[in-house]
Amino acid sequence: MTTDNGAASYTGGWSRILIVYACILVLAGLQFVIAYEHIDTWQMFGRMLAVAIVEAGLAVMFFMHLGSEKRGFVIFVAVFTLFVLAALQYGWTDSFRMMLGAAPNSSYQTAH
Amino acid sequence: MSQVDAMAVHSTGHAESSSPFAIPTKKLAMWLFIISDAATFGACLVAYGFLRNGTPNWPTPFKFSPTVINTMAMTFILITSSLTMLLGVRAAKLADKTMALGWVYLTAALGAVFALLHLREWLGMIHEGVRLFQNPWGSGLFGAAFFSVTGLHLLHVTAGVLALVAVGLRYKQGRYHADDIEILGLYWHFVDLVWMFVVPFVYLMNVAR
Repeated sequence: MTTDNGAASYTGGWSRILIVYACILVLAGLQFVIAYEHIDTWQMFGRMLAVAIVEAGLAVMFFMHLGSEKRGFVIFVAVFTLFVLAALQYGWTDSFRMMLGAAPNSSYQTAH
Repeated sequence: MSQVDAMAVHSTGHAESSSPFAIPTKKLAMWLFIISDAATFGACLVAYGFLRNGTPNWPTPFKFSPTVINTMAMTFILITSSLTMLLGVRAAKLADKTMALGWVYLTAALGAVFALLHLREWLGMIHEGVRLFQNPWGSGLFGAAFFSVTGLHLLHVTAGVLALVAVGLRYKQGRYHADDIEILGLYWHFVDLVWMFVVPFVYLMNVAR
């Protein structure tokens, strides 16, 4: 007997759960390997971010079962979350101003 | 159509319209909380990145031993706790109450171990002289940024452990059901998911070379 009361199904086989778990562990391990690569900070940041996004995607789709919910709900969660996270990025130029004395490639930086 | 049938149809229609995306209300509330919490953690991590990028003498103090090894262990424990949580939800959905409780309590125990390792990490850093606005290595902002981000995550883990025990006890008493375990599982997986971003950006980008 199951007591499933939503679209998401948690009663599938063990094998898929274990494969996803192993994939996430391997990806987490990969981040530790990247940390000791001799690459510049931005390359490292890019690689770490890419791996973290894949890990998070696996967790959301297979552990949180978002993929089994209604398509409208998946779109709502994805659009709303990504919009908010994207909107948070507006201040980075000021961070570069702190570091360089100007935003990257700005005429102020070139002149000084 | 009888009056009773008409009322049933009306009642069903009302239930659907009051349950957006055909998701149970409690589950929808948890998803909305997760979205807002993702924005909170996103803001914290962006602020951390902002400070790190804009501060020339940002410290990179984390040595392989003990910090990176400790972080590896914490990551393994938290990801494994997500697996045990998933197995707990699965058992609850299959109405295997004993197994479900076992997995839920094991998840709580793993969460508690994670929190203890985290506290040990903090105490080690405090012992080395790291404070909110000063440290022996460089920019004084490092301590504030580090303790804010990891502290917010530790707070979530601690709250999750307490919630796992509380929901487990109520599930055992029959006051909560499989759906409540599932909803708590969403929260726990989210806490795990956030750690996947905290580890690379707060720890691994700051390893000593």
